[in-house]
Amino acid sequence: MIPAAGPDVAAAGIPLEAPPVRATSLLRRSIRLWRTRIGVLLVGLLVLLAIVGPFVAPYGPTTPVGAPNSLPGGKAVLGTDYLGQDVLSRVLYGGRSILIMALIATAAGLIVGVVIGLVAAYARNALDDVLMRVMDVIMAFPQIMLGLVAVAVIGPHAWVIVTAIALTTVPRIARIARGAALPVVERDFIASAEAMGVPRRRILFVELLPNTLGPLMVEASLRMTYSIGVIAALAYLGLSADPNGANWGTMIQQNQLVLAVQPWGAVAPIIAIALLTMGTGLIGDGIARTAAGIDRSRGAE
Amino acid sequence: MLARIRWGGVSGFVIRRLLLGLIVLIMVSIVVFAATQALPGDPARAILGRSATPQSLAALRLKLHLDQPVFTQYWTWLTGLLRGNLGTSLAAQEPVTTLLGPKLVNSSVLVAVSAIVSIPVSIAIGSWAALKREKIFDTVTSNLLLALAALPEFVVAVVLVLLLATTVFQVLPAISRIPPGSGPWNYPSALVLPVLTLVIAVAPYVARIMRASMVEVLESDYIEMARLKGLPERTVMIRHALPNALGPVFQVIALNLAYLAGGIVVVEYVFDYTGIGSGLQEAVLNHDLPVVQALAMLIAALYVVLNLLADVATIMVTPRLRTRL
Repeated sequence: MIPAAGPDVAAAGIPLEAPPVRATSLLRRSIRLWRTRIGVLLVGLLVLLAIVGPFVAPYGPTTPVGAPNSLPGGKAVLGTDYLGQDVLSRVLYGGRSILIMALIATAAGLIVGVVIGLVAAYARNALDDVLMRVMDVIMAFPQIMLGLVAVAVIGPHAWVIVTAIALTTVPRIARIARGAALPVVERDFIASAEAMGVPRRRILFVELLPNTLGPLMVEASLRMTYSIGVIAALAYLGLSADPNGANWGTMIQQNQLVLAVQPWGAVAPIIAIALLTMGTGLIGDGIARTAAGIDRSRGAE
Repeated sequence: MLARIRWGGVSGFVIRRLLLGLIVLIMVSIVVFAATQALPGDPARAILGRSATPQSLAALRLKLHLDQPVFTQYWTWLTGLLRGNLGTSLAAQEPVTTLLGPKLVNSSVLVAVSAIVSIPVSIAIGSWAALKREKIFDTVTSNLLLALAALPEFVVAVVLVLLLATTVFQVLPAISRIPPGSGPWNYPSALVLPVLTLVIAVAPYVARIMRASMVEVLESDYIEMARLKGLPERTVMIRHALPNALGPVFQVIALNLAYLAGGIVVVEYVFDYTGIGSGLQEAVLNHDLPVVQALAMLIAALYVVLNLLADVATIMVTPRLRTRL
């Protein structure tokens, strides 16, 4: 059972308005959980691999090093792919573009989404309705489909893919930000800030934003997981700027047909993507559990 | 605005929600139209490419009604859409409806089978985990589901191919092509891996929300009351706990069905399953804009309708929400 702290505290005359959980404190507390630690470790490893990989790769990403589909051993530690390129080198090169694109797309979607969500929650009028209906329209396009349509119409450029992912991230973030900000908007300290003549922008970003960071951090890590998945999936569907570029998604597609002969060409990038998205997933879950734990200990619903 | 108008009761809510869904659909159609037909520059050239002759460009412009004002073009397209006339595929030179009809059937079968398998399985897993809270089953499933939920579905699909169709075991086909004129029901083994992939993609979310919802219900006073009355545990679970725990789950189920509409794009491509998902990928590579347009509209409409059903279903199964309408 949850300890019923709420009513007692209220009866004692202590104000129920607990100060917001600071983002740094939430992160510090969540790192005490093993799942968050494992997640950070995994993501750290993969980010390190993406950064350092190209410098330590034994061969270039498109250098032919031997017969196609040769098994691990000899010159190629993980064997060669269907074109005779070194699998290990391509894995070492293949993470950077995915990570950079996913990071930019998620960050852009996060910033725009937070602004829209907070403005909508604070407006409480027709503007709220209009903004959220526009968000509904964008939400109606599954991420992968919007990416596909954008590529079909404009072309398979990196910026098109990043913009499409960012655009589909916006409404999902905006909903969370609005939902977290709505109860806060009703609180007294917002009314008193308004009465004191605090500028609207300050109310949004200094009073409202810190109170929404918990759910936003959870959603942001979830969105990062999805961004990585969708960008890799688009490459897997043959839609990336460079059709033979070293990219984990591209590699899986290229070597899927020879799975029975030389599995490593597809398995190595699969392991890389799986560890990365599991890492971001674990971090998100760790933060979510910590935030829920804090809410519970405060007796909030 | 519409959302501010308050009609009382459930019917008012449903009507309001329907109208909102309609508005969203109209806006979606404008976006799809604008993105694929009213682009800056010459759509005819965008479709036919740089090597097109002036004659073919002029012919296509006439066919696409590009000589008319944008609003007329949109109206022609929209009314055609409503009458089931989706234009002509540029790659296949066939009406889009003829081209997509069989694929739509195949995809519907795939999504339906995935839903029929995944919903009971995930509800059972979630309920059982809630009942055995903090015990081994709960710990194992919650960690496993967390890991599976993080995996992109094409990764799951290729791993399944690796495990069950090629490297480890060869018990199932790696390619699930459905020949024209035939249906997926004639190829049950071809359905197994795509369905399994979609189930793994969707079940974690439903199971997790089911577990959370069930945990909350099991802590409630009426469950304690039912147990104290001496009702058998099975009756407590099925008659008292389950119906109350399902409320929040409906929303997630519908959202995940909508998610399946996007998920099939990649999964059908992995298995070369003949459906609208692989059709979309093909149309994108071929620059077949009428097909892209039709599929974008179709998938988006499906999403809006499923969301609407989710909201209505949630209200229906959660009586206490009705009082707030």
